[in-house]
Amino acid sequence: MTDLNHIRNFSIVAHIDHGKSTLADRLIQMTGTVAERDMQEQILDSMDIERERGITIKANTVRIEYPAQDGQTYILNLIDTPGHVDFAYEVSRSMQAVEGSLLVVDASQGVEAQTLANVYQAIDADHEIVPVLNKIDLPAADIDRVSEQIEDVIGIDATDAVQISAKTGVGIPDVLEAIVQRLPHPEGDRDAALKAMLVDSWYDPYLGVVVMIRVIDGTIKKGDQILMMQTGAKYKIDRLAVLKPEMQDIAELGPGEIGVLTASIKQVRDTRVGDTITHEKKQTATALPGFKPAQPVVFCGLFPVDNAEFEDLREAIEKLALNDASFSYEMETSAALGFGFRCGFLGLLHLEVIRDRIEREYDIDLITTAPSVIYHVFMRDGSMIELHNPADMPDLTHVDHIEEPRIKATILVPDEYLGDVLKLCQDRRGIQQDLTYAGTRAMVVYDLPLNEVVFDFYDRLKSVTKGYASFDYQMTGYRQDFLVKMQILVNDEPVDALSMMVHRDRAESRGRAMCEKLKELIPRHMFKIPIQAAIGGRVIARETLSALRKDVTAKCYGGDATRKRKLLEKQKAGKKKMRQFGKVEIPQEAFINALKMDS
Amino acid sequence: MAELPGFGLYVHWPFCQAKCPYCDFNSHVSTQIDHAEWARAYEMEIERLGEETGERRLNSVFFGGGTPSLMDPQTVERVLSSARRVWSFANDIEITLEANPTSVEADRFKSFFAAGVNRVSVGLQALNDADLKQLGRLHTADEGRRAFDIARAVFPRSSFDLIYARQDQSLSDWEAELAEAIAFASAHLSLYQLTIEPGTAFGDRQKRGLLRGLPPDDLAADMYEMTQQMTLDAGLPAYETSNHAQAGDESKHNLIYWRGGDWAAIGPGGHGRLTLDGSRYATETPRSPKEWLGAALNGENPENRTVLSQEEINEEAVMMGLRLAEGVEAALIPQFEEKINNINGLAESNLIELHDGRIMLTAAGRPLLNAVLRELLV
Repeated sequence: MTDLNHIRNFSIVAHIDHGKSTLADRLIQMTGTVAERDMQEQILDSMDIERERGITIKANTVRIEYPAQDGQTYILNLIDTPGHVDFAYEVSRSMQAVEGSLLVVDASQGVEAQTLANVYQAIDADHEIVPVLNKIDLPAADIDRVSEQIEDVIGIDATDAVQISAKTGVGIPDVLEAIVQRLPHPEGDRDAALKAMLVDSWYDPYLGVVVMIRVIDGTIKKGDQILMMQTGAKYKIDRLAVLKPEMQDIAELGPGEIGVLTASIKQVRDTRVGDTITHEKKQTATALPGFKPAQPVVFCGLFPVDNAEFEDLREAIEKLALNDASFSYEMETSAALGFGFRCGFLGLLHLEVIRDRIEREYDIDLITTAPSVIYHVFMRDGSMIELHNPADMPDLTHVDHIEEPRIKATILVPDEYLGDVLKLCQDRRGIQQDLTYAGTRAMVVYDLPLNEVVFDFYDRLKSVTKGYASFDYQMTGYRQDFLVKMQILVNDEPVDALSMMVHRDRAESRGRAMCEKLKELIPRHMFKIPIQAAIGGRVIARETLSALRKDVTAKCYGGDATRKRKLLEKQKAGKKKMRQFGKVEIPQEAFINALKMDS
Repeated sequence: MAELPGFGLYVHWPFCQAKCPYCDFNSHVSTQIDHAEWARAYEMEIERLGEETGERRLNSVFFGGGTPSLMDPQTVERVLSSARRVWSFANDIEITLEANPTSVEADRFKSFFAAGVNRVSVGLQALNDADLKQLGRLHTADEGRRAFDIARAVFPRSSFDLIYARQDQSLSDWEAELAEAIAFASAHLSLYQLTIEPGTAFGDRQKRGLLRGLPPDDLAADMYEMTQQMTLDAGLPAYETSNHAQAGDESKHNLIYWRGGDWAAIGPGGHGRLTLDGSRYATETPRSPKEWLGAALNGENPENRTVLSQEEINEEAVMMGLRLAEGVEAALIPQFEEKINNINGLAESNLIELHDGRIMLTAAGRPLLNAVLRELLV
């Protein structure tokens, strides 16, 4: 057990690509926590998707032993947190487990929207914050300007900002010293009853559920009988360890320390993040306040392209859900798509990550239906229905009014793209709340309906600003608006996978855009196909996909017979990737692409 | 109705003076060709195949390419002599050579005839100089017409090819050009819609979005329909998707492909179909001229052979046979009973016809062959 004075617990706050994971890699490397031969990039990110996309999805932790210049050895616990807004809840709870933060800002880019969102969480958690300017070796680095920005926009003193290049290793020793000298040590009473925070939990195929804890008071040992105060579940600790970042057994953890335990817990759902862990015999008097569980905000249907793969999909979804309590699912049946699941996600990135993992790790081709947010449908009889799926929209004669979720969006954008960003927000029914300048960039705050953001807002924002804008949001609440259910009919058959709730004023342009897109995405058939958008029985947009007139191959001689046969094999395989709606075959990618608008 | 398909020999000559931007055939530009070595390689391949097939009656020989009109007429003569030694020639054997209409090649037509060639297929491709240039051809429209005049005077049977649905071609442009073509055509005519193939210069240009002026689908379909009508009116109906002939003047060699007959293929990148000891094989030789030549001269069999299952044989027969106006035996469609709803649907939509146990495309169905095949085979 370590003396409280020799412990520092911290997290790193940064915008994506500002070098958070590289800095973590350097800290681990320079302190010899991981042997040189075992080192790899983004060492704390274990999922393929994390490495590929260069993002962190799950919080991770590492215990670093650091012999400081004062001759003492310190234990530094780093909790690495995700940067993307979809995973903001992971950030907030990780912040509760540590006392300080490194605020990493790219010295060539400056403060971004995600930096802001995360640093405010650190400030809310009463963190001491050490600003770190990264990438000072880049020619475009402007230390003075970015320091000024940190002071102006965030409001913290940047005079003593540590200047580093995580890539080359310059300044890393200064970061380690700043952690020891400038961050506070944790407080706690080792003689009090055990009080530990359940920071996170995940499923490991070999160990079962692994629980990350932060001890507040008391001590915890292997073999202890523990009680989870919120769930009331009791367990015996099988294993107690610290992460370096490999698991290393430890006899005891005391106040201020961070570690992991296993206790024959079957699934992640049996644990509640934020729960208080205490001894069954000698319980702490006051439990921690706990966290509000993360609520899914975006819903969509996931259906196997090949109906025969439904059971495989069920298995994949159940396995993923074991390890991700924020992802919800229930079975759904659709007239056209057969059996599938209605799934809830924290945001669109979360949706894409889960979908990618199912397609890649379980090799199942999926049809993803139009994402939807949760609408509150108020009925004439005074009751309220939470609508997750436009297909469940009740008969309008019974509906009094509908409310939709709104967000507060913060966008940082260089001046020259400001006009485009304002236009985009206005087009998406936004209400401007604030517009301020920070150096050469504008900070725009908008109140926006979440349903205008879930489809492709971020893609559009990136495209109109050539990637220079950054964006973050938080949910603010519900507001009534004039919302209607729009249906898409292909060859006069409604395709429920494409139904969506839209604002009445936006329905026509949205419907027209969808019909035009589908006309491009559906291949011509031997007959002409009307594609319509309708509200109730009223058609508001219509396109006609004309009939295929000629597809015959001009030349086909002796050398082409083999080629033709191979084409036939490909068509047989391709047929499995199409779904039949009445007489029309719609390719898998059409469902999600039909929702992406060009303007 | 359909006759027995017969047995043919395909000889691939892989060299050209220049590569055309639309062509995806196995062709190479080379200045150093040892004609005697190539002749010897072809001879050795014919001997080898003869030993495997045993005695058979040969109904046709086809010299394709590449540009076979650049072959030394002696090579053609040696190929034909060894084929005659190994197999017996049918009385009405058809011996076709593909020719480019440059003046150099036209001068050699008599020598090819003397070597035994009795049918020539001339690649005119277009009848105006601007379009010929765009297609990368080395001859002018005048040269083309002159070469074809010589060809039809020298050979008992002749044909020429045109490519339509070209860049910036209008319906009336093509109508005028086709009328001109029909006026001087002999008894056979091949009319191909320009197809952009991956791996060609046009294909690359299209991928980069730089190939402009191609007719939209509907215009291309109009051109196809007009072509069918004009050739029918002129007594040159389509007996195959892109081939037109007076009755009796169809290409015997190509009918072997479309009717599912046997043919041996020699030369680089040649594809054959051979029935040996009751199994039908798809054969394929290496595309590289050097590799093929080396193997053939070493007396090694350069072919890669795959046995075809009965279902594959039948599928091929349907895919190829439905290109013909005469159609195919309906019983060749694999799992015919399961496909009966699709077949009835196609018949109701007036895309196919069924009679006397045969299935054939209607005029409306012919341009939609791939869609029809999806219904019948996929």
